[in-house]
Amino acid sequence: MTSALVVDAALVLLVLGLALWITAARAAYGAAVGFVAYGLLLTLVWVRLAAVDVAMTEAALGSGLTGLLLLGAAARLAPYEADEHRRRPGTVLRVLVGVLCAAIAAGLAAVVLLLPDPAPSQALAVAAHLPATGLGNPVTGVLMAYRAVDTLLESVVLVPALIGVWSLSTEMGWGGRPGFLTPCRSGSALPLLARVLPPFGILVGIHLVWAGADDPGGKFQGAAVLAAMWILVMVAGLREPPPVSDRLMRFLLVVGPLCFIGIGAAGIRLAGAFLAYPEAYAKPLILAIEAGLTISVTAVLGLLLAGPPVPEPQYQRQSRRRS
Amino acid sequence: MSGTTLFGLCAAALVGLGLYGLICQPGALRKILAFNLIGSGVFLLFGVIAQRGGGVLALAGTGADGDPVPQALVITGLVVAFAATAIAVTLLVRLAETSARGTLEGDEPPAPESSDARRT
Repeated sequence: MTSALVVDAALVLLVLGLALWITAARAAYGAAVGFVAYGLLLTLVWVRLAAVDVAMTEAALGSGLTGLLLLGAAARLAPYEADEHRRRPGTVLRVLVGVLCAAIAAGLAAVVLLLPDPAPSQALAVAAHLPATGLGNPVTGVLMAYRAVDTLLESVVLVPALIGVWSLSTEMGWGGRPGFLTPCRSGSALPLLARVLPPFGILVGIHLVWAGADDPGGKFQGAAVLAAMWILVMVAGLREPPPVSDRLMRFLLVVGPLCFIGIGAAGIRLAGAFLAYPEAYAKPLILAIEAGLTISVTAVLGLLLAGPPVPEPQYQRQSRRRS
Repeated sequence: MSGTTLFGLCAAALVGLGLYGLICQPGALRKILAFNLIGSGVFLLFGVIAQRGGGVLALAGTGADGDPVPQALVITGLVVAFAATAIAVTLLVRLAETSARGTLEGDEPPAPESSDARRT
């Protein structure tokens, strides 16, 4: 028990140290590198908190994809960073803000220490009703059955987020290819990696989705891995991102939410409530929704990272300059 | 003190640290990073509550997992946080390209708004 506590304490110190680095590092690029390491350490914390599903999502999304996004932005914004340091608030203001933020942290710490015991919990209720869904993983059960409205809204909200990113293109850029992921220089090891890794990555991603019904895993974790493989191929320059006017791509972006809404609406007739599943078909219907959502979430995550579309001549120029 | 409580205190410190960075860092990208720190602190608090809620499962002898409801909410939250970060970062890059600055202050007259800046 005590050795576990020592490991936990060391983990907490590392996490807090990296958080300090992210806040205090001089260059944004260094802070973004710190954020990737921070996400990986948080993954370990989630495993220690017996939340393996969350740990997978944190590793793939919180650390991997967010890290890539922030690293790319830091590299693009580096030329404008010099004048930021001039704008730092004065010492007195910083101390004042520090004291107030410490007070907020202390308040939250007090809440953590005063949490009621025994803790209120839905765990038994979930476990009692899980057999009706035909699933073995309680987290998937919550996502797909008991709180399906949350999951539906979340999968729908990803589409407006992508529309938001796309609408930041210039007028000339509309209909072109996304411009954030320009291919790396030729002669680097990345194209080789992008040929060797994706077959395994795609297998792992699909396995995560399939196994998510009964074991830790699920569509979001699987989709994040699949999106990472797609991004790797795009960054290595083996495939160009599709133009935003591509109709097939647009269909893939919405097929998951449409499938979810369609099955949910059918539930009104067949099971008496929106998003209710008729008991005999619960498992196959959930699997169908998960498959559709995996496709859509993969496409959205990849395209969110690929950024707003740029005019075709600019895209070609960027690719040539880098290769 | 148990490991779970320790992680809870860590989460509280992360929220405080992130809030400080959000207010005191002048660069907008640093503010986005700090906001993600706050987010991870909040998610971690959820994780601590989920882990404590799993105690009833251990009492019932059916496993040592956490409460799946907060865990599922965190997974939902992580995906939405990524989408929000992507929008914020894209907005910021566009702001830097059109006005040649990476901060949010508007006290200087912005550089002449031009679509040429992007084409050159």
